[in-house]
Amino acid sequence: MELLNALVALTNYVIIPATSYGAQLALGALGVTLIYAVLRFSNFAHGDTMAFGTGVVILVTWGLQALGVSLGPLPVALLALPVGIAATALLLLGTDRVVYRYYRGIRAAPVVLVMVSVGVMFIMNALTRFLIGVDQIDFADGERFIISARTWNQMTGMREPLTLRTTQAITVVTAALVVVALFWFLNRTRTGKSMRAFSDNEDLALLSGIDPDRVVRVTWIITAALATVAGTLYGLDKSFKAFTYFQIVLPIFASAIVGGIGNPVGAIAGGFIISFSEVGLTYAWKKVAGYLIPGWQPDGLLQLLSTDYKFAVSFVILLLVLIFRPTGIFRGKVV
Amino acid sequence: MSTSRQPGETSPLRAPLFFAILAALILLEWLTTGWNSALGILNMGLISAIMALGINLQWGTAGLFNAGAMGFLALGGLAPVLIAMPPTPGAFAAGGWGILLAFALAAAALVGAILAWRRLSRFRGLAVVVILLLGFALYRLAFDPAVAAIEAINPSAAGNLGGLGLPTLVSWPVGALLAAGAAWVVGKTALGLRSDYLAIATLGIAEIIVAVLKNEQWLDRGVLNVNGIPRPWPVPYEIDLQSAPAFVARAESWGLDPTLASTLLVKLAFLALFLVVILLLIWASELALKSPWGRMMHAIRDNEISAAAMGKNVTRRHLQVFVLGSAVIGLAGAMMISLDGQMTPASYNPLRYTFLILVMVVVGGSGSNWGSVLGGVLIWYLWVKAGDWGPDLMQAAMAPLPEGDFKSHMINSAAHMRMLLMGALLLLVLRFSPRGLLPEK
Amino acid sequence: MSFLNASGMTGGYGKADILHGCTLTVDKGQIAVIVGPNGAGKSTAMKAVFGMLPLRGGSVTLDGADITALSPQDRVKKGMGFVPQVNNVFPTMSVEENLEMGAFIRDDDFRDTMEQVYTLFPILKDKRRQNAGELSGGQRQQVAVGRALMTKPKLLMLDEPTAGVSPIVMDELFDRIIEVARTGISILMVEQNARQALEIADRGYVLVQGANRYTDTGKALLADPEVRRTFLGG
Repeated sequence: MELLNALVALTNYVIIPATSYGAQLALGALGVTLIYAVLRFSNFAHGDTMAFGTGVVILVTWGLQALGVSLGPLPVALLALPVGIAATALLLLGTDRVVYRYYRGIRAAPVVLVMVSVGVMFIMNALTRFLIGVDQIDFADGERFIISARTWNQMTGMREPLTLRTTQAITVVTAALVVVALFWFLNRTRTGKSMRAFSDNEDLALLSGIDPDRVVRVTWIITAALATVAGTLYGLDKSFKAFTYFQIVLPIFASAIVGGIGNPVGAIAGGFIISFSEVGLTYAWKKVAGYLIPGWQPDGLLQLLSTDYKFAVSFVILLLVLIFRPTGIFRGKVV
Repeated sequence: MSTSRQPGETSPLRAPLFFAILAALILLEWLTTGWNSALGILNMGLISAIMALGINLQWGTAGLFNAGAMGFLALGGLAPVLIAMPPTPGAFAAGGWGILLAFALAAAALVGAILAWRRLSRFRGLAVVVILLLGFALYRLAFDPAVAAIEAINPSAAGNLGGLGLPTLVSWPVGALLAAGAAWVVGKTALGLRSDYLAIATLGIAEIIVAVLKNEQWLDRGVLNVNGIPRPWPVPYEIDLQSAPAFVARAESWGLDPTLASTLLVKLAFLALFLVVILLLIWASELALKSPWGRMMHAIRDNEISAAAMGKNVTRRHLQVFVLGSAVIGLAGAMMISLDGQMTPASYNPLRYTFLILVMVVVGGSGSNWGSVLGGVLIWYLWVKAGDWGPDLMQAAMAPLPEGDFKSHMINSAAHMRMLLMGALLLLVLRFSPRGLLPEK
Repeated sequence: MSFLNASGMTGGYGKADILHGCTLTVDKGQIAVIVGPNGAGKSTAMKAVFGMLPLRGGSVTLDGADITALSPQDRVKKGMGFVPQVNNVFPTMSVEENLEMGAFIRDDDFRDTMEQVYTLFPILKDKRRQNAGELSGGQRQQVAVGRALMTKPKLLMLDEPTAGVSPIVMDELFDRIIEVARTGISILMVEQNARQALEIADRGYVLVQGANRYTDTGKALLADPEVRRTFLGG
C-alpha cells in the first residue's frame, strides 16, 4: 500500500508533469533542429516564433469564444491552431524572403546567421507584444480535469491524490500525433525525403534536381506549425506570458543538442531527458521517501535544487554533453 | 563579421563626424529635457560602451558569439556588494565558515570525480555518480544551516554576509576577475566545437548567474536588493558638497543653486571616471592588437583553417580572447552597480543587457573599438529615447480614432517600438553595411 | 560528330585560366578516360563539361545540341549524370532512398530503372534498407554510380571513382563500368590509376596544364613509349 502511495505520488508530481513538459520541449526542439538541419544555423528567434504563433491562437480563441463556440471538454484553442499556424507560416516565409534568403545567397558563415536571427528575434518580440501585450494570459477553457483529486479518491479510496489535467493529456496526445505526422512526412513523402537529402548533402541534392527554395519554404512552414503547436500546448498547460517564451529557448536548445542537433529523433529524446531531469531534480522527494521508508521522516524537503534553478539543469546537462559527446546522443550533424 | 576584409578606405573625417553628431544629440537632450537626463544617458551610454568593447573583443576580433553578456555583467556587479559594502556584524561568524566549508566540500567532490574518471578503468561512471551524490549531500549538510544562520541576522536590513568594506574602486577589477572565471569555465567546454554552441552555453550561464543572484539571499540579499553601495573614489556625495561652505560659495559665485550644482558635479565626476576607464581600455586594446598576439588573432579570424595549419592553437587563442572580453564586461558590471549605488538582481534582462550590446557592436562596427564606443552611446540614446518617442508617435497616429480598447491597446504597446527599432537597425546594418558606422581600419 | 563534343574549353575559377583550349569527345557507348599528372586540370575539365566551371571560350554539345549555356541541373535533364569524387551519397538516407533521390527529376515510374541498378550492383539490393553512410567505400561508390544512373543518363561522368578503394574493389568497379557502357551509355571518367583505366578505355586523353597532350585509344596510349615513360612510370 505504501509502495502504491509512493508510486501515485511519483506519477502525480513527476511523471505526468515531466511527460507533458517533455512533449512541449520536444516539439520546440524539433523546430530548432529542422532549421539547423536545413538552413544550418541555431535560430535564436525560435522562442519568439512560438510566442507569436501562440499570440495569434489566443486572439482567434477569444474571437471564437465571443461567438459562443465551444468544444465541450476540449479547449477552443485547438480549433484556433490552424489559423495560428497559417499566420506564423506567413510571417516566417516573409522573414525568409526579406532577411535570410540574402545570406543563403552569399553563403554566409553560420555565426552570421545566428546574429541575423537575433535581429529577427527583436522584431518578433515587438510584434508579439503589439499583438497581445506582456501580461500573463490564461486561455484554457473546457473541462479542467480528466481525473481530479476528488474523483481519484472516490475511485480508489487512496489518500494520496492523483490529478490529470485535460491540458496535460491534450499535450501528450497532440505531440504524439504531430511527431507521427512529421516522421511520416520526412520518411515517406517525396518532399520530406528531398528535405532530408538537402540536409545530408546540399551539393548532391542540387545535382539531383532538388529545388533548394522549395525545401527551404517547406522547412519554414513545418517550423511554423511545430512552433505554434508547441507554444499553444505550453500556454494551455502553464498559461501564456511573452517573456517565458523567450526564456524557454534555453531548455529547447539544450534538448536539441543533447539529442544531437539536426536529428529529429534526438530532439524528441532530448526533450524528455531535459524535462525529466528538470522536474526530478527540483521535486521535493520527502513524500515519496516517507512512503518508501516507513518510519522515516526526513528533516528537509529532499529537494536537490530549488525550482528557481531549473535552468541550471538544462545548462549542466548541456555542458556534460558538450564535454563528453558533442555530437549528442543520437549523433547529430558534425561538430 | 565576414571572412574577407578589405582594408579600410573610409574617410578620416568619418569618426569625428559621427562623434560630433552624437555630441549634438546629447546637447539637444540637454536643451530639451535638461542636463540631468542628458548626463544620465551619457553616463549609462559610456558603461554600455565598455560592455560593447568587451563584446567587440570577442565578436569583432575573434568572431565569437557571446549570448550571455548579461550574466558576466551581473557577476561583475556582485563585486561591489562583496568588496565595498561593510560586513554584516556577526554574519561571518554565524555562517561564513559553514559556507566556505560547503564550497570546499563541493570542490573536493568535483576534483574527486574528475580524478576517478581519469584514473579508474572499470565502474568509473558509477564511481563518479556516487562521488558527486555524496559530495552534494555533504555540501548541502554544511551549506543549508550556514545559509539559515546568515539569513536570520537582521533580515529586514541585511540577512547577508555583507562585504569587506574596501574601497569601491577595488571592486572593479574584482568584478572583471569574477566574470573572467565564469567565462573560463564556459569557454573551456564550449569553444573548439561548432560556433553556435558557445552562444547557447553563454545564454545558459547568463540565466544561471542571474538566478543565483536573485535567490541566494546570504550572498546579495537576492530580490531584496542591496542599497547604499559606496561611491567610488573620487566621486563625492551631494549632501557632503551641500554642507561644505567652500563648495556652496563657489557654486553661488557661478550663479548656480548649490543643490543643483552638487548633483551636476557628481554626474560629471562619474563621467570623468568612466572616460578614463574607456580611454585606458582602448589604449590597451589597440596596443594588444598591434602586438604579435593581435596580429595572430586577426590571422585566426580571417582564416581559421590556415592559421590552424600554421600551428596556431586556435581554440586556446579563442579562450584567451573570450575570457578577456568577458572580464571587460564584468568590469562594466561593477561600474554600473557603483553608478547606481544599488544591486537589483531582478532588473537584469537579456534583451537589454545581452542582445542590445550585440546591436551596439554591430552598428558601431565589428572589430572597431571607437565604433563600439560610438555604438554604445548612440544605441543607448536611441533605446532610451525610443521609449519616449514610441508612445508619442502612437498617440499622434491614434488621435483620429475614437477612444476604445483598440486605441488604448495600441498606445500601451507602443513602448515596444524600441524592440522593433533595434531589430530593424541590426538587420539593416548587417545587410547593407556589415562593417558598421566606423569600420575597422 | 561525337555524342559528347566539348571543344576548345578555356576558363578557370578566378582570373587565371586552368583550362587552355581543352577538347574532349566521347562516342555513344564508349568509355573515355582522362589521365594526367596532379594539377593538370583533369577534374576541372570534367566539371567544365558538366557546367560547374565558367567558360571563357569553347563549346559543349551533347547529342548534337549545344548545352554550353545550361546549368548543371539542366544538363542532368538533358541526359548527363555526374558522380562527384567525394560526398557523393546522402549518408543518413537508405540505399533505396539514395536511388530515389537520384530519380528526383523524373515524374514517371522509375521502378524499372531501380531494378536495373540492383541487377548491375546486386550488393545494393541486399543493403537497400541500410544507410549509405554505413557502407564500405566500394559499396558507397556503387550507390553513387547507381544514384547517377537513376535519371537514365546518356552520358555518365565519374570523377575518380576508384579513389581510396582497394585494388580488388577497383577491378570490380571497372568491370561494372564496362557493363554500364555496354548498355549504350557513354562514359567519361577521370582516373588516378591511369594504367588500369586506360586498359578499359576506348579513348584516352592525357592532359597537361589544362591542354590536351596526347589523345588516342587506350591501347595505343599504353603502347606509346613516350606516354609510358612520362606519365605511367615506365
